[in-house]
Amino acid sequence: MTDINRRTVLAAGAGMGALPFTRARAQAANTIKIALLCDFSGTYRDVTGPNELACVRQAAAEFANRGFNIEVVYADNQNRADVGSNITRTWFDTGGVDCIVDGGASSVALAVNDVVREKNKVYVNSSSATSDLTGRACSPNLVHWTYDTYMLAKSTGGATVRAGGDSWYFITADYAFGHALERDTANFVRQAGGRVLGQVRTPFPGTTDFSSFLVQAQASRAKVIGLANAGSDTINCIKQASEFGITRRGIKLASLLMFMPDVHSLGLEQTQGLICTETFYWDLNDRTRAFTRRVAGQLQPNVPLCMNHAGGYASVLHYLKAVADMGVPQAKANGAEVVARMKAMPCDDDCFGPGSIRQDGRKLHPAYLFEVKSPSESRGRFDYYKVLQTTGGDEAFRPMAEGNCSLVRS
Amino acid sequence: MLEFLETITGVPTPLLFGQLLLGLINGAFYAMLSLGLAVIFGLLNIINFTHGAQFMMGAFVAWMLLAWAGIGYWGALILAPLIVGATGVVIERLMISRLYKLDHLYGLLLTFGIGLMIEGVFRNEFGSSGLPYRIPAELSGAWDLGFMFMPIYRGWVVVFSLVICLATWLVIEKTRLGAYLRAATENAPLVQAFGVNVPRMITLTYGAGVALAALAGVLAAPIYSVNPQMGTNLIIVVFAVVVIGGMGSILGSVITGFGLGVVEGLTKVYWPEASATVIFVIMAIVLLTRPAGLFGRA
Repeated sequence: MTDINRRTVLAAGAGMGALPFTRARAQAANTIKIALLCDFSGTYRDVTGPNELACVRQAAAEFANRGFNIEVVYADNQNRADVGSNITRTWFDTGGVDCIVDGGASSVALAVNDVVREKNKVYVNSSSATSDLTGRACSPNLVHWTYDTYMLAKSTGGATVRAGGDSWYFITADYAFGHALERDTANFVRQAGGRVLGQVRTPFPGTTDFSSFLVQAQASRAKVIGLANAGSDTINCIKQASEFGITRRGIKLASLLMFMPDVHSLGLEQTQGLICTETFYWDLNDRTRAFTRRVAGQLQPNVPLCMNHAGGYASVLHYLKAVADMGVPQAKANGAEVVARMKAMPCDDDCFGPGSIRQDGRKLHPAYLFEVKSPSESRGRFDYYKVLQTTGGDEAFRPMAEGNCSLVRS
Repeated sequence: MLEFLETITGVPTPLLFGQLLLGLINGAFYAMLSLGLAVIFGLLNIINFTHGAQFMMGAFVAWMLLAWAGIGYWGALILAPLIVGATGVVIERLMISRLYKLDHLYGLLLTFGIGLMIEGVFRNEFGSSGLPYRIPAELSGAWDLGFMFMPIYRGWVVVFSLVICLATWLVIEKTRLGAYLRAATENAPLVQAFGVNVPRMITLTYGAGVALAALAGVLAAPIYSVNPQMGTNLIIVVFAVVVIGGMGSILGSVITGFGLGVVEGLTKVYWPEASATVIFVIMAIVLLTRPAGLFGRA
């Protein structure tokens, strides 16, 4: 009855050909694609990079078999804002990415933030420092997880002022992050009745010798030299300050942002007694130790876990909880809605414990002021910190009203 | 007099003296690194972009010698340049030697690629935050010069690198070996006709240039963070130094190295934000007015 002519054969062939495509598309529709953007090749590689990737993958693995697929991709941001925003744009336009994790250096994060908002996707940031992400640059598509400059300034800066360090000189990395950290710390110093005697802005990246800046800082006769920098800049500053006898002359160094890998790199001999603030330490409690055991096999052998890595894990875990809660199709369609759901749900994970996300995108959890142990106090591998003080999440971060976030006013 | 200086510079004199001295110390590193580059360029006509990686290898080999073999700073000062120099010889024999007949650009690209690969391997193996390396006990401590606190180790770096620079200059300008080297630069076939093994001389020269980079690396290990990108940060500046001094000019690279260290040091006082750029501004001006460099022959 039916004539099999050439046209039907062709049509059938075309239909057959389309089959795998529709299956692939159905699979893509049921896949959440998470993209980690951070430094894999430069100075911030150890405090983000491969360890953070391992932690993000751990979160994805713990969420396997929940009825949808999770794919993790990653890229190196080269610590450059233009590179970061280009990669992000490509990921959204052609890569089918739903969620950007981290971003790395503050300058990159601010650029990525704009792209994510424009495309209405999700941005969970772990390692960037600038408090502007939940201030004037806040976005309905962003959660800023681990820490920020305000919290560091209040914790490390506040503790230093209370210990008698009432006059400061800043050595500041000359970009968004350094400026924010210097500004936030200087505010605390002034509020506490201290004085800021001056600051020097050092080119970033590309400065290896800080002795000149340290000597200028010393000449200002400040009691505290505030290091508003990170990574190898901080390492070089601490190393050279001890070389020039600055710490021996009673001047205190305030390493406003120092991570476990930095301490490991400098060694306890040179860092003992320094204070720093992190929101995660592997040896904090049973849950953090359990998490560390779970990821241990996937980490770089010589790089200890720090809060940025843990933040990568915890922020992705919470994102996936929200996705599971609202269903994949809806989650893929509207990033702002996912973030709203993340804010509505209570957070709880092994790294940061119970917590919550504020309207401005700020994740709240306790901040710990640590003192670096002396070599004789350290009992084993990566046993570097002792807790001096714990600040609750509500107190540790900037009050929402002070941030000038447009989401809060509306 | 001092008050007069203070009035015209706007900076307290002790601070100014301190900055001049610190500039000189950084200049010592620039001088040693650009010296190696100048030697290699002078004889091989290769712009050795692996130099930064070889500087970094010097620092890492010093760390390895200490951590794995228990050999301290003084041993490393001799062994690390030899080891890294030997890797340079291998690289020259296997790869660079095939490019002498081609344009400069090929050598530049090859050495740049090798440098990136070396850096990548070290980054994979050791991470990016770096490794601790101590100042040797004999050189720790500091002198109080009145106007500043001068670490003994930094003084040692200046003196030692001056000696090395002078020795290299003497070898090249005043010895028979140096005469062969210079002659081979001018006319290799002629020198070969006199029975000198020119290819071997070229290989060893490359090895020596690399060893100089590694030596600077060992000197840098106790004061800078020993990390895989430590060479990248320095090498771009050093290239500018070589260009300003005049490509291939030994004495030029040494004098410019120290001189630009001082200029950079002063910039760090008056306009810190520009301290990473000032050398390139000078480079642009020199290239516009004296394309062959301050000490180069046009």
